[in-house]
Amino acid sequence: MANTAEFRTCPDTGLLFHKPAETLMKLNAVVGIVYLLFGGVIGLLMVLTRWPAVHLLQADTFYMLLTAHGLGVLIFWIIFFEIAVLYFASSTLLRSRLAAPRWAWLGFALMVIGSVTTEVAILQGRSSVMMTSYVPMSAEPHFYLGLILFAVGALIGCFVFLGTLVIARAERTYGEGSIPLVTFGALTACIIAIFTIASGAIILIPTFLWKIGYINYIDPLMYRIIWWGMGHSSQQINVSAHIAVWYAIAGVVFGAKPLSEKVSRAAFLLYILFLQLASAHHLLADPGISSEWKIFNTSYAMYLAVLASMIHGLTVPGAVEAAQRKRGFNKGLFEWLRKAPWGNPTFAGMFLSLIIFGFLGGITGVMMGTEQLNLIIHNTLYVPGHFHATVVGGTTLAFMALTYWLVPVLFRRDVILPGLAKWQPYLFGFGMIGFTLFMMGAGTLGVPRRHWDISFANALFQYQYPEVAYLMLGLMSISGILAIAGGGLFVLQIVASVLFGRRRGEVKSPVPIIAEPVAAGTHGIGIGGISVPGTLVLALVFLVTFILYYFVNWKYLSQVWGLG
Amino acid sequence: MSSLQPPAERIWWKEPIEGVELFWVAIALVWAIVMFIMMPYWHVYGKQNLSNEAYRTTPEQYGKKVQAMVEQYTVRKETAQEIPVVHPPAGADVYLLARLWQWYPILELEQGKTYRLHLSSMDWQHGFSLQPENINMQVIPGYEMVLKITPNKPGDNTIVCNEYCGIGHHTMTGKIYIK
Repeated sequence: MANTAEFRTCPDTGLLFHKPAETLMKLNAVVGIVYLLFGGVIGLLMVLTRWPAVHLLQADTFYMLLTAHGLGVLIFWIIFFEIAVLYFASSTLLRSRLAAPRWAWLGFALMVIGSVTTEVAILQGRSSVMMTSYVPMSAEPHFYLGLILFAVGALIGCFVFLGTLVIARAERTYGEGSIPLVTFGALTACIIAIFTIASGAIILIPTFLWKIGYINYIDPLMYRIIWWGMGHSSQQINVSAHIAVWYAIAGVVFGAKPLSEKVSRAAFLLYILFLQLASAHHLLADPGISSEWKIFNTSYAMYLAVLASMIHGLTVPGAVEAAQRKRGFNKGLFEWLRKAPWGNPTFAGMFLSLIIFGFLGGITGVMMGTEQLNLIIHNTLYVPGHFHATVVGGTTLAFMALTYWLVPVLFRRDVILPGLAKWQPYLFGFGMIGFTLFMMGAGTLGVPRRHWDISFANALFQYQYPEVAYLMLGLMSISGILAIAGGGLFVLQIVASVLFGRRRGEVKSPVPIIAEPVAAGTHGIGIGGISVPGTLVLALVFLVTFILYYFVNWKYLSQVWGLG
Repeated sequence: MSSLQPPAERIWWKEPIEGVELFWVAIALVWAIVMFIMMPYWHVYGKQNLSNEAYRTTPEQYGKKVQAMVEQYTVRKETAQEIPVVHPPAGADVYLLARLWQWYPILELEQGKTYRLHLSSMDWQHGFSLQPENINMQVIPGYEMVLKITPNKPGDNTIVCNEYCGIGHHTMTGKIYIK
């Protein structure tokens, strides 16, 4: 082991922090939260513009800021935070020094420089190309250059993570066995991230060269295929990372252990094998690609990535239920859930994230990923409705939940105004539930995404969307404002706590902030031989919802024009 | 040991699986396979599928085909811009063109008849979004998609662009009338 002076043991959790890793975790998380704030403020302007009764911004500003919003939160906020999660899951959980801290610093610097360069390019006003930047529409060269630098930085972060795993293994810092499940989830995220970044490089570097004149043609369909190898795979990094965070929170709050390591790890493995390549669902409405290709690549014949998410959907709450039952909440179907710490933002945020990701994000994602159903969804508001449910209601809320726990552990400060923190996950979570549901509702009525004026005031031909679409947009905006208020509360509270929260010092607090691990096995819990009956009931409710909604969409599809 | 620590059993892959997990994995897998089968099933028995017919083209080639159709089948002109309304016979090849920021020309089709609709873009990517039917497709320059369409209800349909295509994107609308 390296110099012990470089390590700090957290008196409350017993976690061992390598100081260079700790500094980098803090910095990555802080920059991430700055981007969350940036994206959230723009998000407010977006809902105030897409609310037809308000219609705040001018068209050029709207499209410019929508581009800034997408990259700022969907890419920069999430990936900065994920780098912090990677360092935590490797260096801290494995009690190891961080590999090559100088490289980690270089990666961080490149990510900051790259992301700022791209956002500056956008705000200069001549790169309003949306985050997808579909050719032959083009942005300024430094728009692409910034993204490339950012990607290189993130790639360095990934390799520092992998190097740390190697060091921890070689130095036997965590004993003889396998890495913890949370680290395994983070490793999944890292492997997908490397694939993602490679795809990004393969398409963005030529696009940059095209823009500065060294290449004269980029095929727009080829661009779409490879770009989505990055664009959607990057969201699978989020899925893997936030599921690792769910397991981590289950461990922190309940001392929960997975029902079986094998099933949970196999489910992560399915993501690596079947998720990152399945970006085909963005191309289902494209010309020039055969149905055989589309059907196979969107499902690999059995939707094994969906299966993986359904498995985690059972095993994460299942682990919580088993732990709660072992702690004595073993009565009936749902005592474990009723007696859960709903006032603890770490738990409440995690559980809401699980519900929103599964019911709203997951089910709708499969609808869009079905070749024919995509015809009634492609590029409508349903699409951002879906991904706000996955990335904002799912990933962001899970990361927020973890952050409430990290403030005392990492920054050694108390969260200020804990009474307010109790409400934050509900304000943000229920805001997002309303926002995504109404957004998808408007999408079902055909309202397009990335559109400044659905009243078509200056268009040659007018079209009047149904009144109910306008109602949906209004309700979407009001819910969005609630969610943004919840996000604002989070940022304010975390920043204020880190700066002004009461210092915890280096003594153990009387109130524990990490639960003792529960005993192994599921003997003596549950009902009639089923160890986690409550979770099973919830899972079956989910399945029935999924099946009904799936066939309702086929019914809708069957009513439109004959196409073939 | 919680999920934050290494597994308690070193040989964790030999631990038995919880019964409830096995049950759930099995039914989830069945459901996943059903969802897969629905897609080929709909290609055989469903009436709404994307075609697999597409060609490489150029704006010049495609523009000529559109113009030839307009000259042959124009029945009247509409709006101050005198946009032609084209009424081709059932079964005909019908060409629709997307460009900044217009769908051209106006189509007039008959209910219950089948047409071969061609779609391509002259410049950037666009999104064909037919309202209120809510049929949505990507339109890509350099590619000509051909799709058999059979309108099943009369009325006045608007084509909205739903792929962002610059500052005039929200003004890009067109018409398909069904008699």
